Amino acid sequence: MKILIVFAACLAITSCAPPQQTNTGVYMLLDTSGTYREELQKAEQIIRYTLSRLDAADTFAVARIDTASFSEKDIVAKASFVDRPSAINRQKRIFAEEISAFVDGVQSSPYTDITGGLLQAVEYLNEKNTGTKTILIFSDLQEDLKEGYVRDIRFDLDGFDVIALNVTKLRTDNIDPREYLGRLGEWQTKVEKSGGSWRVINDLDGLEKLL
Amino acid sequence: MDFLLNITPWPAVSALLWIVLTVSALFFARLSAHRAIRAAANTLYVSLRFASRAVMQTEERLARRNRDVLLAAGREAKERIVEREFDRVNDTVRKDLANYSALHRALSESIARIEDDHRQAVDVPPEPPGWVKAIEAVAKIDAREGRVRVGNVLGDIHKSLVKAHQEAMHLYRASSGKRHALLRGMRPEWRRIQQTLDQVGKNVDSLLSRSVTIDRHMKEYEDIVRGQDRSVSVLSSSSLVYFFVSALVLMVAVGGATINFSLIARPMAEMVGGTSLIGGFRTADIAALVIIMVEISMGLFLMESLRITRLFPVISALPDKTRVRMVWITFSILFLLASVEAGLAFMREVLLQDELATSALLRGDDAATGLTGQYLWITTASQMGMGFILPFALTFVAIPLETFVHSLRTVVGLIAIGILRIISLSLRLLGNTCRYLGAFAVHLYDLPLFIPIWLTERNGPPGNRPGATCERGLAS
Repeated sequence: MKILIVFAACLAITSCAPPQQTNTGVYMLLDTSGTYREELQKAEQIIRYTLSRLDAADTFAVARIDTASFSEKDIVAKASFVDRPSAINRQKRIFAEEISAFVDGVQSSPYTDITGGLLQAVEYLNEKNTGTKTILIFSDLQEDLKEGYVRDIRFDLDGFDVIALNVTKLRTDNIDPREYLGRLGEWQTKVEKSGGSWRVINDLDGLEKLL
Repeated sequence: MDFLLNITPWPAVSALLWIVLTVSALFFARLSAHRAIRAAANTLYVSLRFASRAVMQTEERLARRNRDVLLAAGREAKERIVEREFDRVNDTVRKDLANYSALHRALSESIARIEDDHRQAVDVPPEPPGWVKAIEAVAKIDAREGRVRVGNVLGDIHKSLVKAHQEAMHLYRASSGKRHALLRGMRPEWRRIQQTLDQVGKNVDSLLSRSVTIDRHMKEYEDIVRGQDRSVSVLSSSSLVYFFVSALVLMVAVGGATINFSLIARPMAEMVGGTSLIGGFRTADIAALVIIMVEISMGLFLMESLRITRLFPVISALPDKTRVRMVWITFSILFLLASVEAGLAFMREVLLQDELATSALLRGDDAATGLTGQYLWITTASQMGMGFILPFALTFVAIPLETFVHSLRTVVGLIAIGILRIISLSLRLLGNTCRYLGAFAVHLYDLPLFIPIWLTERNGPPGNRPGATCERGLAS
């Protein structure tokens, strides 16, 4: 009898403890500048894969990187998956359709504001307060800001995983690979200094490590 | 160390001096040291023996309790068996021998009919023919009336004779036919009597065999009541067999419950949500588990109400009317839960198909999205069937569970007895080891003192020799 009481008490205590967030939040930035727009078919694959890995209570948003990316308007599709499995499947299908429509009709942007997109991602995921926060950057990481835009801002990426995907080499990178390596190093430093972790995945066949 | 060897200018002399001093000191303290060693060894020995005896007493008490439990369980089981046999005898008597008076009347009527028919079928001797008188008349005719007329008379006689013979034969045949008809009519009566007697014989044989079984069980029951060792031994081995068999069946039941769980856990997320947690476990899983537990509980109550198991004396002691009501209530709840499970199993299949379609869409596999399968209903129906049947199948867990619970008491008792015996034996062994280690320590103490002991034994009186003291001490 005593054991039962102790067990019940333990159960009550553990059930009354503040719930620990175990859900996942993913924010994906799609570079639509210049020739990189042609790579978006690959991004669609990644989005579909990510959708298949997410479950109830997870959050997923996809936003484009354009001239001024620090804006909710750039969010192409977003979903916070509900509790019911049947509704989750419906949400995923709608999400995939929205992305498909976006990829088919996307216009190329003249500038590339990656930092603004990153700030928007941080803000969005902090607002959703998910357990794990992952930002996927599908870009060549070549930032090209319009004149007058200030992006020299400190981030707070504590608890964020930032993953750069499909970082393609530019023509100039082939001439001087130090440019490519310097670009990667610069972003890594920026993210890690802000308290986040940094990874680069260029081989899209190894997406199992993504989430 | 150097200091010790420097008390004289010669280290060897110093060492020798120390040895002599140490041996002397040890020799003079010998008696007290022996007593101290023996006292310590004896204390340990006595304490461990005492502990061993206490454990043995506990083991004996436990063995007595286990024996009582075994006998009580055996007595109860035998009472149930005998009660059931008497029920069967009662059923046989009520069903087969209750209409014995009707049977007896039927037999008497059949016999009376047979007697009547038999009486009527007696062979009647034919009447003497009428021509005998005619012959007598012919015989009285003398010669004076002439022989010519005699010939005519004889012709008439012959005619009469033939006619009478034909009539007699006709009558005889008619009566024989009637007799045969009566005898034919008796055959079904005989058969009926034979069948009735066979049935009575079977019933009586059944009763006799039941009485033999009851006698055997009663003898075993008496042995148990007397508490004979043979009965305890038989009950103990039976209990072990029941324990292992019921454990095996319970394992099978756990497998069934696991399958049942996997059938309803996924669709349960549709009802209670897929992410909420209680105590670190998913609420959907807990809800599915609770449903299965409630089904098992209902099964237990149903079995109790049907008096198949006797885990809850309160239920068996309920009035029959309440008990029957309880049977219907538990069965209805079980039926509803089984229906819910069948629905959940259907939902599971729907969800699975939905998920497969979504996965195929996300993979970009358009061919797979259209895959609906014309035989899909088979798996759906199978899952629904399993969802409906498994709760009822789990109802029967009550029977092995009861056996397991009852045999567990005995098995746990036997294991505890075994452990206590091992502890007791170990304590005794340890006690004896301490005792002999004490004796060994005494001898070890004397080992460096062999020179003074030898001198004392050589010069002292025989009764006062240190060796004798030591031997006396050991003997004590």
